[in-house]
Amino acid sequence: MKRLIKLTTPATIRSYSAVGGYEEGRGPLGKSFDHIDEGCLFGKDTWEKAEAEMSRTSLNLALAKASLSHTELDLIVAGDLQNQCVASAIGLSSFGTGYLGIYGACSSCAEGLVIASSLLSQEGGRAAVVTSSHNSAAERQFRMPVEYGGQRTPSAGWTSTAAASFILEAEGSLGEVCISNCLIGRMIDGATTDGSNLGGAMAFAALDSILTYFELSGESASEFDYIVTGDLGKVGSLVLGELLSDALPAAAPRHVDCGNILYGGQCDVHGGASGCGTSAAVLATHFLPKLHSGELSNILFFSTGALMSPSSLLQGESIIGIAHGVKISRTDFLSRERSSGV
Amino acid sequence: MKQLTKNEKLEIIKRHTPKSKTLRNCILAGLIGGTICLVAELSRRLYLYLGVNKDDSTLLASLTIILLSGLATALGFFDRIGRHAGAGTLVPISGFSNSVVSGAIDSQSEGYISGVGIKIFSVAGPVILYATVSGVIYGLIIYIIGGISAVI
Repeated sequence: MKRLIKLTTPATIRSYSAVGGYEEGRGPLGKSFDHIDEGCLFGKDTWEKAEAEMSRTSLNLALAKASLSHTELDLIVAGDLQNQCVASAIGLSSFGTGYLGIYGACSSCAEGLVIASSLLSQEGGRAAVVTSSHNSAAERQFRMPVEYGGQRTPSAGWTSTAAASFILEAEGSLGEVCISNCLIGRMIDGATTDGSNLGGAMAFAALDSILTYFELSGESASEFDYIVTGDLGKVGSLVLGELLSDALPAAAPRHVDCGNILYGGQCDVHGGASGCGTSAAVLATHFLPKLHSGELSNILFFSTGALMSPSSLLQGESIIGIAHGVKISRTDFLSRERSSGV
Repeated sequence: MKQLTKNEKLEIIKRHTPKSKTLRNCILAGLIGGTICLVAELSRRLYLYLGVNKDDSTLLASLTIILLSGLATALGFFDRIGRHAGAGTLVPISGFSNSVVSGAIDSQSEGYISGVGIKIFSVAGPVILYATVSGVIYGLIIYIIGGISAVI
């Protein structure tokens, strides 16, 4: 097996949904979310339970959009940031279907899409990919108490309160949107031990995955509308921009980052959005609607993850970056591409 | 693809990482921290006016700031001030109060023993520990110097 998986049967994205909290609701994509809870508690009494509820709600919304019942799902692949990946487990336990819990930090969305679409391509059937993050649950676990009044550094990212679900199927028809290629990321040393500069640390993994994709696929960057990364934020995007300009100049102007898109230019989020929910929510509220409407036809989507823990940083271990990627295209674009023999 | 060394990577990250706005942060810290101290001083004078003795009114002024900071934390707006004030809210006893109250609020979802009881000092713990240790060392120094000067 190679790190680039060219799916024999592309996996169609049948439906998708995203839910978010207060900051996400007032951001530029706020109106595209299926559900916003300004209190960020989603009817629960703790932040952790709220995140589980977000996963459950988003999957129910995605199933409803596709007029499917949960009994028609063969598999759920899900991940989040809570210890032991417990938000996904608690939120999705009632669906009663096959479940793979994954942890790739903020790369979980693309990791889930890689796993689900590869399995569907081999085995057929229908799978859901669900990822979530909750700002307050993440703050408590990774940083400081939620109400702690410290000053954040300008590079620090803001963990998004967002969950998104994607329903994938093995069969597809013209005009729909599908995943045709998957790239499994490598773990790349991000050099820094600065937990408030995850974007910079992940940029090297993003670069490695982007270059590897084009090397193994033989495709060219100019075929893509966008090369999307997950949550590099401002610092990580600048680092990647510099590295890409040297290594693959055609890719640099096509690069956009979900961490910069989710909140636009809001002041309080500093370095941009981060968290498992960020790339998933921006895919579900921004890129997939544009692919479905035909405004976009072909994107390369990477979710970037910072593999670390508060203890590993305190013990002086540097942050390990990873980036998994999927090629998401309109089916009509893909059939044109394949018939022209590219 | 050229392999970057660890130092080269750190250099690239550093080049693109924005620096904190030190001057702006210092001015805001001075203004907001100064305002907190002004409130403390006004409350001290109020206690003096009300007939409290000098030592106790100083103590009560500190307690007033602890109470107000705890309330601001519980009502959810201390962090909004703190993210602009930085050291201005951290350095006065307001920062200590905020760190204890925010820890307590955060951990109540795990119960009063395993949650609040264990995690209430998760941020303030080092301050309490090392303040106590410094107090002991300082006390020993005073005791020894006092002993020596008594002999001399």
